[in-house]
Amino acid sequence: MSARRALHVAIALLAALLVTSLFILVAGRSPLRIYAALLVGTWGNAYGAGQVLFKATPLMLTGLAVSFALRAGLFNVGAEGQLTAGGFAAGIVGAALPAGTSALLAIPTCLLAAAAGGALLGVIPGWLKARRGAHEVITTIMLNFVVRAAMVGFGTMLFVRESVHAQPVVAGALLPRLSRIFPALHGSAASLALPLSLLVVFLIAGLLARTRLGFRIRAVGAQPEVAATAGIDVGRTYLVALTIAGAIAGLGGASFVLGYKGYYEDGFAGGIGFVGIAVAVLGGTRPMGIVLAALLFGTLGQGALAVNAICPKEIIDVMQALIIIGAAAAGVRMGRPGVRT
Amino acid sequence: MSEALGASGVAKAYGDCVAVRDASLSVTAGTAHALVGENGAGKTTLMKILYGLEPADAGTVRIGGAVVSHPNPVDSIARGVGMVHQHFMLVPTLSVVENVVLGREPRRGLRVDLARASAELRALAEAHGLGVDPARLVGDLSVGERQRVEILKVLYRGARTLILDEPTAMLSPPEVQPFIALLRSLVAGGATVLMVTHKLGEVLALADHVTVLRRGELVETRPTAGLTAEALGRALVGREVAAPQRRTRRGEGGARFTLSDVRVLRPDGTTALDGVSLAIAPGEIVGIAGVEGNGQHELVQVAAGLARPAVGSVELDGVDCTTLGIAARHRLGLGLVPEDRHEEGLLLDSPLWENLYLGREEGFGRSVLVPRAAVVAATERAIAELDVRPPDPEAAARSLSGGNQQKVVLARELGRSPRVLVCAQPTRGVDIGAIAEIHARLLALADAGAAILLVSAELDEILTLADRVHVLYRGRLVAEHALPAADPDALRGRLGGAMLGLGSAS
Repeated sequence: MSARRALHVAIALLAALLVTSLFILVAGRSPLRIYAALLVGTWGNAYGAGQVLFKATPLMLTGLAVSFALRAGLFNVGAEGQLTAGGFAAGIVGAALPAGTSALLAIPTCLLAAAAGGALLGVIPGWLKARRGAHEVITTIMLNFVVRAAMVGFGTMLFVRESVHAQPVVAGALLPRLSRIFPALHGSAASLALPLSLLVVFLIAGLLARTRLGFRIRAVGAQPEVAATAGIDVGRTYLVALTIAGAIAGLGGASFVLGYKGYYEDGFAGGIGFVGIAVAVLGGTRPMGIVLAALLFGTLGQGALAVNAICPKEIIDVMQALIIIGAAAAGVRMGRPGVRT
Repeated sequence: MSEALGASGVAKAYGDCVAVRDASLSVTAGTAHALVGENGAGKTTLMKILYGLEPADAGTVRIGGAVVSHPNPVDSIARGVGMVHQHFMLVPTLSVVENVVLGREPRRGLRVDLARASAELRALAEAHGLGVDPARLVGDLSVGERQRVEILKVLYRGARTLILDEPTAMLSPPEVQPFIALLRSLVAGGATVLMVTHKLGEVLALADHVTVLRRGELVETRPTAGLTAEALGRALVGREVAAPQRRTRRGEGGARFTLSDVRVLRPDGTTALDGVSLAIAPGEIVGIAGVEGNGQHELVQVAAGLARPAVGSVELDGVDCTTLGIAARHRLGLGLVPEDRHEEGLLLDSPLWENLYLGREEGFGRSVLVPRAAVVAATERAIAELDVRPPDPEAAARSLSGGNQQKVVLARELGRSPRVLVCAQPTRGVDIGAIAEIHARLLALADAGAAILLVSAELDEILTLADRVHVLYRGRLVAEHALPAADPDALRGRLGGAMLGLGSAS
């Protein structure tokens, strides 16, 4: 994150905090009390911190799915559907594995399934963009609805009777909780998905900065005409970029299904894909930016539960929205990012 | 004689980059004054300071002999100074008169009094010999006519001193001469002209005085009487500019690059290229002259593999590559210097080494990783060889001057040791020093046996470099001449006529 960008983000956060305070004051509560509750309920104890990490994990991946596509000049609004498809694929494959499958086989298999599920939803808009020039914003938004409807349809066939979730995955496919290593986190849902997601974030940063494919993606994202003139197949690059973006978001679904619930549950995405857009806007193109932005929104997500006792938790939704508006107003640009890593 | 426009000790820096340092200038009223300098010498910055578009860090600006305390465009216009920008600032969907009055429309009640404005404009145009119909849509005008509208706009606002930033850059060769004549007549009528240009011929044809800027510093101001192009070129770059040596070796053997009966349609169904056939031998440079918009763009696209012809074929060393894209043609040994380095040639925010890597990835091995060290080393060699400044592989392409950017594009294409080079407008907006360098490289490449297709709006460039020249007119090759010509001036005239569709020469 450049110093300039960091300054813009800081201004946005401060402004959001101030305006939220006004809302709280108008409602007749004390902003300081609410912020204190928010902080204590999140970073104030190990459990709260663990829950923040748990909530930040899929946000890192959906944020990355949006941010990565932006490097190719594409606005991926489909992370929600890609996440859902990934979680669904991980849950179904995980449940179909033989009961005694070892973790060494079960986890990679399920993660691959999740990536493939998400990638499938990236391939479709990617192909439409490459071959037909269909705008990815339109196609990815619409696919979110298609996925939503399809999940309801599949649900009636697959779900355990009288529930809205599928069969649980085999024990070997579950991502171990971090509390097994750090007992202080006991009770929180932070799992191995967190270090795996961090790994993905930095691997993708390396892909962009160091590989031929990454160079081509950045070239196409910065100046498609120049890339085409140099002989880069722009359409193919779009297809590849959206496929990878979909796979990343799909892994976010696996983090939830394999690391928390243990089964695919209807509606588990709950907006994680859309908050990913906010993460990408705030986090920018650097890996650390994405991680920090995901932690911020994870903190707000967990903090909403903490403040619920003293004021409606919707105040945190207001704050999230204000942060995004503030970021846009402070000049944090997403648009077409520079080609530089 | 009184002074129309002046500056003393003007300095301007953008961050660490000093654009202008301690420049002083005095333009005498009723004269034409040319400001020349290489790209990045600070000409445009100085113009903007004079007009008040940019504040100077130090120094003063004078209009009509009086110091302007806070120069700004509104004040400048009020004092009779107008500026015509390099890129036209016109609304194509509005008529000429609407464009001219935009921002200070004469009113009658609540309505714009276009009838009165048209009458005023017609009178103004006639007084200055600027024949443009006020009712026509700007979108329908030629580039030369639009240029006249820009000047009318400034005159309509009452300007008697005109600042023109590279006004001929957008004009086709046949339009330049009348334009210079027009400026001369304005000056004869008492106006003052301060013009930025790259072209020494225009300086000598137009200006009474010339000021030379080099790297932000004013080198000299002198009368143009008795000045030669060579002396001016020397002052510009601060050293002798060698005229390129004509090659002794000519194209020989069979054809290395062939276009056969190529037809190309534009997206709107009109014909862009209408049966173009060309054969270029190894070591030969074939120049394509003509007014832009006559199929040059499509010719370059089809030759390079960026577009497919509707009919006809393209062969490279006997290999039919009609259906091959540019990536496949690169593998066959084709290089491309695209028309527009900003839109097609360079990743502007990328470092130079990434720009030299672009499109040449395979040449640096098959690894999935970018072999950064190898590319940076190759870039260092290439930029040293072509004297790219700054010689820093990590510098962003955007930070370079136009001439240096063009050298980077050329360095990339030379790096693939092309057997065929499609070269479009290689020196557009490039300063004199860099032009000499680029021309020398193209000649050396031909000497090494490459076939070069040179598409250029600069007739002089073609006459200097090419072994053969064709004129492209309305999608057809209408003239062919071997070079060098026995009588260059006569040939120039014939080619100029062919560009305008007069008769079919040769």
